[in-house]
Amino acid sequence: MNHNNKLLFIKNLTKIFSAGSFLFKSNIVAVNNVSLELNAQRAEIFTLAGESGSGKTTLARIILGLVRPTSGTILYKGRDITQIKSAKDWKWFTREVQPISQNPFDTFSPLNKVETYLYDTAINYNIVTNKSEVYNILDEKLKAVGLSWDEVRGKYPNEFSGGQLQRLSIARAIITNPSLIVADEPVSMIDASLRMSIVNLFKNLKEQFNVSVIYITHDLATAYYISDRIAIMLRGSIVESGPVEKVLNAPLHPYTKLLKQSIPEPTIDVQWEEEIQLSVTEIKEFTASGCKFAARCPYVMETCKTKEPEETFVDERAVRCYLYK
Amino acid sequence: MRSNPLSIVKVEELKAYYVSESYGINSVVKAVDDVSFEIYEDEILGIAGESGCGKTTLLKTLLGTIKPPLSIFGGRIFYRIEDEYRDILSFREGELRDIRWKIVSYIPQGSMSVLNPVRKIKDTFLDFMEAHRPDISKSEFDSLVKNYLGALGLPTEVLDSYPHQLSGGMRQRVTIALSTIFKPKIVLADEPTTALDVVVQRGILQLLRKIQREEKNTLVVVSHDMGVHARISDRVGIMYAGKIIEIGNTEEIYTNPLHPYTRYLISSLPKIGDKAYRTGVPGSPPSLSNLPAGCRFQDRCPEIKDICREEEPSLVEVNDNHKVACFLVSKGEENYES
Amino acid sequence: MSAFKELLKTDRRFLIGFFIIVTVIILAFMSFFSPYKPDERHVLPKDQSPSLQHPLGTSSLGQDIFWLLTFAIKNSLIIGLLAVFFSRIGAIAIGLLSGYIGGNTDKVLTTLADSFIVLPRLPILILLSFAFRSNLNFLTMAFLLAFLDWAWPSKRYRSQILSLKEMEFTTTAIFSGRRTLGVILKEHIPFLIPYIMADFISGFLWAIGMEITLSVLGLSNLDTPTIGTMIYWANYYQAMLKGTWWWIGPPVIALIITVIGFYLLSVSIGNFLDPRTRIQRIGGWRTE
Repeated sequence: MNHNNKLLFIKNLTKIFSAGSFLFKSNIVAVNNVSLELNAQRAEIFTLAGESGSGKTTLARIILGLVRPTSGTILYKGRDITQIKSAKDWKWFTREVQPISQNPFDTFSPLNKVETYLYDTAINYNIVTNKSEVYNILDEKLKAVGLSWDEVRGKYPNEFSGGQLQRLSIARAIITNPSLIVADEPVSMIDASLRMSIVNLFKNLKEQFNVSVIYITHDLATAYYISDRIAIMLRGSIVESGPVEKVLNAPLHPYTKLLKQSIPEPTIDVQWEEEIQLSVTEIKEFTASGCKFAARCPYVMETCKTKEPEETFVDERAVRCYLYK
Repeated sequence: MRSNPLSIVKVEELKAYYVSESYGINSVVKAVDDVSFEIYEDEILGIAGESGCGKTTLLKTLLGTIKPPLSIFGGRIFYRIEDEYRDILSFREGELRDIRWKIVSYIPQGSMSVLNPVRKIKDTFLDFMEAHRPDISKSEFDSLVKNYLGALGLPTEVLDSYPHQLSGGMRQRVTIALSTIFKPKIVLADEPTTALDVVVQRGILQLLRKIQREEKNTLVVVSHDMGVHARISDRVGIMYAGKIIEIGNTEEIYTNPLHPYTRYLISSLPKIGDKAYRTGVPGSPPSLSNLPAGCRFQDRCPEIKDICREEEPSLVEVNDNHKVACFLVSKGEENYES
Repeated sequence: MSAFKELLKTDRRFLIGFFIIVTVIILAFMSFFSPYKPDERHVLPKDQSPSLQHPLGTSSLGQDIFWLLTFAIKNSLIIGLLAVFFSRIGAIAIGLLSGYIGGNTDKVLTTLADSFIVLPRLPILILLSFAFRSNLNFLTMAFLLAFLDWAWPSKRYRSQILSLKEMEFTTTAIFSGRRTLGVILKEHIPFLIPYIMADFISGFLWAIGMEITLSVLGLSNLDTPTIGTMIYWANYYQAMLKGTWWWIGPPVIALIITVIGFYLLSVSIGNFLDPRTRIQRIGGWRTE
């Protein structure tokens, strides 16, 4: 099969972490048989949504080549990223795929000036041919995120606010002109009032620079606002995926429905009525053999508890639920 | 809403500043600067604002935990204790200890700081009980804790677990149970759901609301998320750069926000089903150690007038349930009082 | 150098520690100007109390105690320095390999370190120094001490590196195109340096303490003057009973002030280089 027309091709990807010593070993399936594809021709924003422990961060780290999957295929522009060995290939890959991390206060070492990371990125990836150009490039990239070189020069990370640091993080990532940005919860630690200005930057990246973005979040409202497609993850599995308008306006999987209802929207028209069930311990859901939502699902059936549902295609999207068999 | 609510806390002209000297640099950070408001009986008051606006400091002073570098530069905080208004800022440490947990209690942001990681939840409850209510016997205590957890809908099996065995949401609920077991009149919660997932957040908010509705006590919730306040608060106060700039009934605040900052806070949150372009609040808040003359929001305000750079607006009443500090209202051409 | 001035100005502990250590080092250097050789005995009248001519008096072996002390301090410092140098070279190398390479290398090295940690150090030290007694010079003594004092530090370096590797700025550095060595040097070493310095001083003090323990037990090369052997000989000639306090006193006092001096230095430097206080100095105060 030729996957060269795919930017990212992931098939049956699984990551199992072993915890404990060899006598009391327990396996946690962080990513469970996940498949997804990003198209190379047209940039898009793809959201991986889920709660903590859903495996979305592990999946992001696999895509970034930082964690090796236990099994399955992951190709970036047709190349198996688990097989990248040489420094030259790694440089090509990290130039193409760039990360944005969750905690802006941790993105840059507090002991280094922020400009060192910007400068290093421009020099190490040979973005500039001579060193005098580097500041023009940096200024240009900083302007793209609403900052300027003069605001950044000589400053340490703690002299910036969280929002500014996240802008800096994006500015650094786009220096290499990447094709894919993997942003792990980029606004979860930013004040709600400043979130949109960061979220809009990702939209700009897609529209102006043709960069695809994997946007990892637990915030469905911003996901709806910026993304084209969305995948809802629960305990390692993608339970529902498809165009964001379809999945979020009319969710099919009971878990997606619950997530959507639980978003606190800033209006007083809606109020939560029924009480919801929360899991007491997380470990039970990880080790459940059937559907991971069975213990909390209002529509639970007997089969749900024993066997994990297969993917079915309903109304332009893929969903893993026996209700749609 | 009752026509004449009784206030349980009155804050008058409170000034709480951080004074520090670090390697030769002196600074005064005016975290809470001349703030006056009332907290009523039987209500949930939300305090909203960006990080660094002074809302956590306000909560600390309400709790009476004032330690250097934080100190009080003026004002009073009256608590109604046995039908008498008493200024807790004049309390000695012993008096503060007497009211803490029984009259005013606190739900911290991270549950792990309260729950001892090497003790079972049951033992943490026991320690807490022994420290604050030595008059309760062990058997009474057992049934009290079990009944209370049952009333809150928590499974009693959590009592025999260690904190790390519980999910984050369950830990936070246990913390809430611990903070409210003595039925305090006022519960202060600092960002109780910030680090939690949406579903868990919803569970926590519903629990807080349930406790308040049943006990008819007073809950003060600090959160930067206007979505949270829409779900839980009866009244909302918006803090900006150390000041309360707007306070009113939740319905008033969400349907008729008057301060440009409040409008930004509400409109900047996206909604499912609406892809219309939204922006965040432009710019960033002023430094609390170097405040401008005039209105503190002036540099970010889209409707700035000349007077905003000269004078600081004070909190004025728009109607019985709504106060705002903005010249667009108090000296504006439009008549907001209708 | 500005850091040094700032420390002197702002931290009293540093000032006192620095003053003590300078005094100790000056004393050690004075040994080069000693009118007597370190191994010369019976050249002076015995058991003279302090006088202008012999500021700390003389010993029952007819040595000038002041000049003997300068040799003793010098030799003890050298043994301590050599021991901590060898042990920390080993500890850092093993900690780095364990932390950065991971996998099976890590498993093997961790097991090795763990098995060294459970060894009772003092009995083994006594046994080994008894066995090598005739060959004990500075170098072998230092090796012996280093051999028994690398395991714990290497584990601590390893855990520091593991936590630094998890920091998000490590990822940022990798995706800024930095090679592993660059990440280590530019991102991690600045966090490790204060740790290494504090660890060096504690290892150094441990080595000096161990040398003294062995010497007092008579298990080192007793012909070389060190703080430990001075105490041994003073005890041997029953300085306490005879009332020749000027013999037993100076090495004990020298030991105590050396320990205090290095301790004060280690605390103040550690505090100064601590990333958290460094951040505070860079940016001043921050609330909430």
